[in-house]
Amino acid sequence: MSFRFRPFSWSLWLKRLQLGRCAVIAVPLLWLSLFFLLPFALVLKISLSEAAISVPPYAPLVEYAEGTLQILVNVGNYLFLLSDSLYAAAYWGSIKIAFIATLVCLLIGYPMAYAMARAAPRWQLVLLLLVMLPSWTSFLIRVYAWMGILSNSGLLNQLLLGLGLVDAPLRMLNTRFAVIVGIVYAYLPFMVLPLYAHLTRMDMTLLEAASDLGSRRINTFVKVALPLSAGGIVAGCMLVFIPAVGEFVIPELLGGPDTLMIGKILWDEFFLNRDWPVAAALAMIMLGLLLIPIVLFHRYQSRELET
Amino acid sequence: MKRLPSFSTVMLALGLGFLYLPMAVLVAYSFNASSLVTVWAGFSTKWYGELLRDEQILAAVWTSLEIAFFAASMAVCLGTVAALVMTRYGRFRGKTALASMVTAPLVMPEVITGLSLLLLFVQMAALTGWPADRGMMTIWIAHTTFCSAYVAVVVGARLREVDRSIEEAAMDLGSPPARTFFAITLPLISPALAAGWLLAFTLSLDDLVIASFVSGPGANTLPMVVFSSVRLGVSPKINALATLIILAVSLATLVAWYLMRRGEKKRRAALRAQTGD
Repeated sequence: MSFRFRPFSWSLWLKRLQLGRCAVIAVPLLWLSLFFLLPFALVLKISLSEAAISVPPYAPLVEYAEGTLQILVNVGNYLFLLSDSLYAAAYWGSIKIAFIATLVCLLIGYPMAYAMARAAPRWQLVLLLLVMLPSWTSFLIRVYAWMGILSNSGLLNQLLLGLGLVDAPLRMLNTRFAVIVGIVYAYLPFMVLPLYAHLTRMDMTLLEAASDLGSRRINTFVKVALPLSAGGIVAGCMLVFIPAVGEFVIPELLGGPDTLMIGKILWDEFFLNRDWPVAAALAMIMLGLLLIPIVLFHRYQSRELET
Repeated sequence: MKRLPSFSTVMLALGLGFLYLPMAVLVAYSFNASSLVTVWAGFSTKWYGELLRDEQILAAVWTSLEIAFFAASMAVCLGTVAALVMTRYGRFRGKTALASMVTAPLVMPEVITGLSLLLLFVQMAALTGWPADRGMMTIWIAHTTFCSAYVAVVVGARLREVDRSIEEAAMDLGSPPARTFFAITLPLISPALAAGWLLAFTLSLDDLVIASFVSGPGANTLPMVVFSSVRLGVSPKINALATLIILAVSLATLVAWYLMRRGEKKRRAALRAQTGD
């Protein structure tokens, strides 16, 4: 029997392990850096360049002319956006509409999630699938469904006329009301899901203890249930509010001239006016406005991942 | 004395009604003989016939299915690696960056993601000549990127749940990390991989905004074709398409529910057998 001590192969093995580890880490990090992070830097770059009639339709930022390297930074796009009140109105309108829709989603979604979490265990999976199923169909078609319901000759107006509640059809389509209904309808499952996840983990005996000690139902809810589900509320609200601010499909299909939303303005600047630098500047300002909500959501999500 | 249903139960029933009534209206009107959506003119299946003869929609369905299949498959690979790195690799440089890049796509407004990716593709083409023209390839990259974030969340949740002692035992017995992953971890998280794949598949099929930005001439996905038709108003053909989509998703959900319930029963039976002896 022979025994050979091989210290070199050990260190080689460790080295290989580290190399493998680095390679595994690099795969998602590189992909996401290239296709998610780098594009934002490019949006910033284009937002500082001038529009030009060329392909692609903007002037280069760095130019080599007369033997020197020239960097042409142009804040004109931002100044333009600030000078035209249309854009400020669109930002304000988007935030207002998204805020109202988020609030309505929370007011409908919280009791729904609460009832689901307190349902018998064998019903919980069925209810969860029922709430999520609409979001797996088609976003576009679910928004489209409301066009037929809210139009002047649509189902809701026929119902109201038939019941004699109104004399003439109400104008509902292409109003702010329609946009809010559309956002609430499309995003409600994303509000219910995190709330439900939080409420099922909540210890229901705490609520029973509170009521046994003589606390009234409202009091129990405000002082016990609400603080315990605060994380779910933040996550649900951010999952609705942030995408809703930049929503394009819903204001395009259900909105009208008085529902300016920034997602639609950006789309029009890009596809109709072909003004890429202005569209990029619009995106950068939107990102700046949404930075705090995004950080809030991220902090919640990383806490969630750690527990 | 019969108790009245609580406020939250009533809200749940109303909420579900709110979610399903508009879809029921679409299904009902898809069988309407009249081309005017608001007038009921008797039962007919003619719009389904017209839908199946619409070459443009059929071609778009295939394009979308193809992109969704490949994007979901790639997103599952990428998202699983990201989730594994986040849950099993301890601390490393770039972890915070990776964590932000996994959560941010979940909420990022689509117009921003779409515009930023298009600008990337345009500048990459100018610098390196690739991608020479935009189309299915660029949509695939865009969908893979945002879908992998969703997969990472779904798979990451599962990775945190599974019993790590089995993995540790395998490693203690000398199994290298890669082998441990494929032999132990992968089978344990396979339900989450399936769920992540299905979620990525539906997200890719559903996306209109990002695809519109990064697509080029010739590559029209189903949402793009539906959108250009819907913009002009309500059309019974789209109602028929909606009914077919709702039917397909409902059937898939029913199968998933059945499988999950069976798995749960099996698990309980195994638990009973274990404790009974």
